Amino acid sequence: MIPAPFEYYRPREMAAVLALLAEHGDEARVMAGGHSLIPMMKLRMAEVPHLIDLQDVEGLSGITVSGGEIRLGAMVTQAEIIDSKELAQAAPILREAALQIADPQVRAMGTVGGNVANGDPGNDMPGLMQCLGARFTLVGPEGEREVAARDFYEAAYMTERDDDEVLTAVAFAVPEGGYAYEKQKRKIGDYATAAAAVQIRREGASCAAASIAMTNLSDTPVWSEAAAEALVGTELGPEAIEAAVTAMLAEIDPSEDNRGPVEFKRHAAVVILRRAIARAWSRA
Amino acid sequence: MKDDVESREDRTAGLKGLGCARRRVEDLRFTQGKGNYVDDIKLPGMLHGDFVRSPYAHARIKSIDASAALALDGVVAVLTAEDLAPLGLHWMPTLAGDKQMVLADGKVLFQGQEVAFVVARDRYVAADAVELVEVEYEDLPVITDPFESLKSDVVLREDLEPGADGAHGPRKHHNHIFTWEVGDKETTEQVLEEAEVVAEEMVYYHRTHPCPLETCGAVASMDKVNGKLTIYGTFQAPHAVRTVVSLLSGIEEHNIRVISPDIGGGFGNKVGVYPGYVCSVVASIVTGKPVKWVEDRMENLMSTAFARDYWMQGKIAATREGKITGLWCHTTADHGGFDACADPTKFPAGFMNICTGSYDIPVAYLAVDGVYTNKAPGGVSYRCSFRVTEAIYFIERMIEVLAIKLNVDAAELRRINFIRKDQFPYQSALGWEYDSGDYHTAWDKALAAVDYKGLREEQAQRVEDFKAGKTRKLMGVGLTFFTEIVGAGPVKNCDILGLGMFDSCEIRIHPTGSAIARLGTISQGQGHATTFAQILASEIGLPADSITIEEGDTDTAPYGLGTYGSRSTPVAGAATAMAGRKIRAKAQMIAAYLLEVHDDDVEFDIDRFVVKGAPERFKTMKEIAFAAYNQAIPGIEPGLEAVSYYDPPNMTYPFGAYVCVMDIDVDTGVPEIRRFYALDDCGTRINPMIIEGQVHGGLTEALAVALGQEIAYDDLGNVKTGTLMDFFLPTAWETPNYETDHTVTPSPHHPIGAKGVGESPHVGGVPCFSNAVNDAFRAFGLTHTQMPHDHWRIWKTANRLGLHG
Repeated sequence: MIPAPFEYYRPREMAAVLALLAEHGDEARVMAGGHSLIPMMKLRMAEVPHLIDLQDVEGLSGITVSGGEIRLGAMVTQAEIIDSKELAQAAPILREAALQIADPQVRAMGTVGGNVANGDPGNDMPGLMQCLGARFTLVGPEGEREVAARDFYEAAYMTERDDDEVLTAVAFAVPEGGYAYEKQKRKIGDYATAAAAVQIRREGASCAAASIAMTNLSDTPVWSEAAAEALVGTELGPEAIEAAVTAMLAEIDPSEDNRGPVEFKRHAAVVILRRAIARAWSRA
Repeated sequence: MKDDVESREDRTAGLKGLGCARRRVEDLRFTQGKGNYVDDIKLPGMLHGDFVRSPYAHARIKSIDASAALALDGVVAVLTAEDLAPLGLHWMPTLAGDKQMVLADGKVLFQGQEVAFVVARDRYVAADAVELVEVEYEDLPVITDPFESLKSDVVLREDLEPGADGAHGPRKHHNHIFTWEVGDKETTEQVLEEAEVVAEEMVYYHRTHPCPLETCGAVASMDKVNGKLTIYGTFQAPHAVRTVVSLLSGIEEHNIRVISPDIGGGFGNKVGVYPGYVCSVVASIVTGKPVKWVEDRMENLMSTAFARDYWMQGKIAATREGKITGLWCHTTADHGGFDACADPTKFPAGFMNICTGSYDIPVAYLAVDGVYTNKAPGGVSYRCSFRVTEAIYFIERMIEVLAIKLNVDAAELRRINFIRKDQFPYQSALGWEYDSGDYHTAWDKALAAVDYKGLREEQAQRVEDFKAGKTRKLMGVGLTFFTEIVGAGPVKNCDILGLGMFDSCEIRIHPTGSAIARLGTISQGQGHATTFAQILASEIGLPADSITIEEGDTDTAPYGLGTYGSRSTPVAGAATAMAGRKIRAKAQMIAAYLLEVHDDDVEFDIDRFVVKGAPERFKTMKEIAFAAYNQAIPGIEPGLEAVSYYDPPNMTYPFGAYVCVMDIDVDTGVPEIRRFYALDDCGTRINPMIIEGQVHGGLTEALAVALGQEIAYDDLGNVKTGTLMDFFLPTAWETPNYETDHTVTPSPHHPIGAKGVGESPHVGGVPCFSNAVNDAFRAFGLTHTQMPHDHWRIWKTANRLGLHG
């Protein structure tokens, strides 16, 4: 568990980060909390000759809620998300999800930016951000641009972010209605066997809007527009839920691992989504 | 004098002796990060070793090119089998009478096998150099299934002479290691043939790993000037290591000093001898500098000794009323590439012949076939006495299978088959003499504590509700009654590599009335420094707080066989009591002299000797200690010291009754432990707080094993569970609440009646958790499902039974 030799940088400004990325190209990686990257380096599965630590870079921290918009700096930790009263009120699904990520020690270091940028299908935040319709801010040599979370993920560890760009913030509209982040895992610290993020807005007896995303059931998070649409306009009776579940099943593509065979994961996905919908609806 | 007014109760309490929930004296340093583990040891000029390991499970080694590694700045040496061969150290003997490659000699037999040993200036350079060693492999067919292995033409162990006997008799096939048979085959088979009822099952106890928090490691330091070799290491048996190193290396034993410093858990993983130990010693001899080797977590899980991997085919015969008439078991034991099982020499399958459990079974037969496969070697007793977990899991599953076959309650079936109190000492059909027990009392107490009848009623209601679609959760009631066999053991039948399994204690009382005692055992977290001082406090009447316990340094401690198999209290604890009694005998003579009476006219009373019939005339042990060093007493040597080497007349047989109440979500396969009740009878209880801690720890490891902890391989022999992401190590989050309870049935042959407890909860816990899972599905036609009961396997069981609609 000893990484290959690497140079360590700890710049204070984004310009310096970008300069290092420009200089070293794909030999350089930025690091936020390090809870994905460092184990990969120790296993020598990732070789990073130039490691750029973002923790001293200005402008990457802070949680702001204003004007119906929530913005999380990339270096906001899971622990900060859990502790934020403002966020608990504005978007309680974040706290519910963050509490199911790893353990308190990891959450003290693990960041929202690292979680969404790494492109690991096991991470919980990417699916959550797709559910919330979040936008990711990327800063690169050409300046700043925004990419929708729903367009960001291409394959496992492959994202829209270019090698010379840094993900600096996550932003989304204050979600409305009921919510649930439901996750089945084998133990603390584990990735999901299946997880579902659900937001539902209710008007009267029926569902006015819904958003559904699944985690660790494909090589990217799966935002299932069809599953959500199956709920909209209904009173969430058994048929509507069945339709949502069927739509979701058509879009996931789990693979076998130590968490179980594909057949089991597909079944777990159904159970987890049903529970998430029920809980979100009960809160809507 | 203060002593005059102190009550006998106060004097007893002041000693903190037997039965006192004394706080652990070790915890002060452990909780402050002041422990001293192998990896904390830093010697001047120390070099660091790291292994090149095989990525293949079975391959021939075509070539090893270390030139690039040797060219790296800071690399001192790269050792291969070729370098060790002239010393005769490229292979080493295993504890099971087999031999094992220290470094790959022409081929590799499991993934993670040691191929070359890099020695470098620091740990980082060593790791970089490992990457630079180029090894050319040619893959060979991989066998991961023991049944397939016995049919395969592929010869795994080309070093063994075809047709020649192994260490335990004839080998039936080139991949066969031994057959071990116990009991009466003919009569057992006849009983099965004629039985009114026979229940049969294949019970697989999957491969797992003890996974101590601290991995294995060593620091070897050869001082070429005075010819002394010092080895610090994670050794559960430091004295045995010294003898083995001497025999292997030719270095005289007085020139070898083995030190086990603080050890962060062993659970059997640190009993054996690993290539890393040998390589660090050789590297130190070669370089003349201290060499440290500490494995990482993945190396520990992949290459050091595993546990279990027993396929146990069982048949149990009974009358229609449920009285068991016979037990038959054939076990296929997967030992991996080398038989590095850690058992007493005469027991190649350990004490698997305790598999008649707590039941009065008139006739039984057990056969075990050991088999080579392309998996890591080992077969250690993970928190149990030798293979006792396997034996008890087997019988406790078989009794449940029989209950299903007979359609009777499993608690009642156990009750009518228990060995009765009046049958002790009890001779078992497979050759053991159980020392003492009162199973019916313990069982009744346990069932009453959990309201067993109420649980069954609730369960029946749950089944109805489930069938009516009112719930998706089933309820399981797991039962286990276990008997352990611990405290190996009598030298007449227990030895390891010819070393008799006695143990020892040496006591020195200091003039001011404090003491140091040294033992042949070594704590790995058991709290010996706390509990052995308590034994002594009660024996010699000095406060436990004034007694230092020291273990693990072979230059100072008396010879002993170490700590594993719950043997410390039964064997070294007995030696401690016996040595204490020698101290007391001499103290009695000194007291009599000081009180000017005959030896027979004084008697021991808590912390002093008093003149019989005149309690106001006494000498405290503290006064006696002072006199021993400062007063010329005719006919008595100065000083107050004693040593005892204790060869136990028998093993001890702790037992217990466990009940687990579990809810199972049939849709996700997630089990939830609602209640766990554990009654343990370990004879005399030395420290109830430490016992409770041991029970909690053992149960948590049992939970791990039953619910998911495994070393799994794919068909190519790749380890699928090589990190703690996939290898289940429970944290507080996964750990349920435990209710502990006890009865006390002292061992009749142990000096203080103690039996040992550290492993009982693991032995009893695994079948209890597993039985709860199985029991939840009993109403739906399940007879038996294999461990580990992780989510997907439970889900699969529910699916197979048609519970998903």
